[in-house]
Amino acid sequence: MDELLEILRDLHEDIDFETCETLIDDKILDSFDIVTIIAEIANTFDVKISAEHITPQNFNSAKALYQLIQKLEAEE
Amino acid sequence: MLFTSYEFLFFLLILLGLYYVIPARFQWVLLLGFSYLFYLAANPWYLLYILTTTVTVYLSAVRIEKIRAEQKAYLAQNKDSLDREARKKYKGRQQKRMWHMLLAGLLFNLGILAVVKYANFAIHNLNIVLHTFGSPSEIRPLDLLLPMGISFYTFQALGYLIDVYRGSCSAEKNLFRFALFVSFFPQLIQGPISRFHELSQTLYAEHPFDRSQLLGGLQRILWGFFKKLVIADRIIIGVNEIIKNPEQYSGAYVFVGMMFYAAELYADFTGGIDITIGIAQCLGIVVTENFNRPYFSKSIKEYWRRWHITMGTWFTDYIFYPVSICRPMLKLSQFSRKHFGDVIGKRIPVYLSSFLVWFATGIWHGASWNFIVWGLGNWVVIMISQEFEPCYQKFHGKFHVKDKNWFRLFQIVRTVLLMSCLRTFDCYRDVPLTFRMFGTMFTTGNWHILWDGSLLALGLGCADYVILAAGVALLICVSLLQRRGSVRQQIAAKPYAVRFAAWYGLFLAVLILGVYGIGYDANQFIYNQF
Repeated sequence: MDELLEILRDLHEDIDFETCETLIDDKILDSFDIVTIIAEIANTFDVKISAEHITPQNFNSAKALYQLIQKLEAEE
Repeated sequence: MLFTSYEFLFFLLILLGLYYVIPARFQWVLLLGFSYLFYLAANPWYLLYILTTTVTVYLSAVRIEKIRAEQKAYLAQNKDSLDREARKKYKGRQQKRMWHMLLAGLLFNLGILAVVKYANFAIHNLNIVLHTFGSPSEIRPLDLLLPMGISFYTFQALGYLIDVYRGSCSAEKNLFRFALFVSFFPQLIQGPISRFHELSQTLYAEHPFDRSQLLGGLQRILWGFFKKLVIADRIIIGVNEIIKNPEQYSGAYVFVGMMFYAAELYADFTGGIDITIGIAQCLGIVVTENFNRPYFSKSIKEYWRRWHITMGTWFTDYIFYPVSICRPMLKLSQFSRKHFGDVIGKRIPVYLSSFLVWFATGIWHGASWNFIVWGLGNWVVIMISQEFEPCYQKFHGKFHVKDKNWFRLFQIVRTVLLMSCLRTFDCYRDVPLTFRMFGTMFTTGNWHILWDGSLLALGLGCADYVILAAGVALLICVSLLQRRGSVRQQIAAKPYAVRFAAWYGLFLAVLILGVYGIGYDANQFIYNQF
């Protein structure tokens, strides 16, 4: 989780990613951020997030995103 | 059959009459019949194209769903006998089969679009290359029919196919119901580009007569007519005069043309969408919104989230994301990180994919270089602002003007001006001419034309300017009111006299101030050509 938080903080250092649950709904993350996050996750966790996983539910919070990573890790 | 024509009003009247008389379970069938009739009225040959897209996408989607169902059943049956590796292998095989079906559907339909819309553009460019190399031969352009709204219905159908492949929506089993999704006439010619899981919720439902829905829909149609007939079709006279006579109108006239075009495009396109959504509402069907007060955006990036929203999300979901996160792109990103460092490596997927998206957005609008340059111009501006983002943050950290009204106004004006500058490519439809005319704004020095009465020679009289000023002021007021929610609902909460004055006044304005006249032939909606 710490590695993921670091990736997110690199993009928006002013956001509290540990508590924020409206990253997409409040338009904090845009499409450029999402692509950068996915590339970073592939680099750090060796997990491939596909286009169908890009939903507000999966990207609204760091927690949800981390759960997605864990799910994909388990599938692989 | 234009939305603003008498024939269309007659067509709509008959449809509405029948729609609420027949048994509700047949309403969608009636809609399908009327949608095809609408398309048939434009040109019977168009039907061939839309039917081909409908059938091929329908079959591909059903096949993909069948493969997925097979996979589910097989895995359930062999739950205990298959180990993790065998399951993965089987799933990979099935995934490949689904991918092949998707690819077939995509390539076939994009192929049709490419041939009818872009073949002559390719031939034209090929001929230029041949001439450059001294070849005397020339390829003759093809005599092809460009079906009305082909870009819209192809994108809508392919979006559905990709959604089925991704498993985010189920395939429609009934071919006729799917045919209605592709051909639903209000949105057939200029969008919005709907998603199946959204539109299907109300498209096939039974709709008992609802007076408030009908009234709300008619009010929205009336507002659309006002934008189109009173503003867009009036201001286009001035726009055409300027852009069709570039030798006569340079310098400040180019700026006037640019600003007129900004107003015309907004009134025309949003007016058309108002009519579309209004017709759908009259039928009890919910069509997604395509605009969210775009001229109040503070940056171009934000503008594109609020203008032609369904096209933007289509390109983001079906081109930008898949391309930017595909394996080759991620590998390229890793390679770049290794060789050029983190800063460049991180940017590669975003830059390349957004370049592709803006190229596609440009060429989607038309098969000519001016649209491609316009699209890539947007890309350049967005990328520059992306790169300057840290500077903006530093600036805002130091000066705290972000929430000041004057600064917001500055950002809004800046965005409108930037967008208007980029749109000059759309106006002149010729790249070198656009650059030349744009340059004259800074060299001619004829800004006096703004106040010395020269603008009265553009085919618009004093009365026209008064009507346009009042119309644009009304658009701005309505946009400001929309911040508090639906303006129609706000009006509905007012006393009867206010409601009557508002809607009857609007009706009279369309009737009296709309651009008609002897031999009246309403202008085609700009987005119909796409």
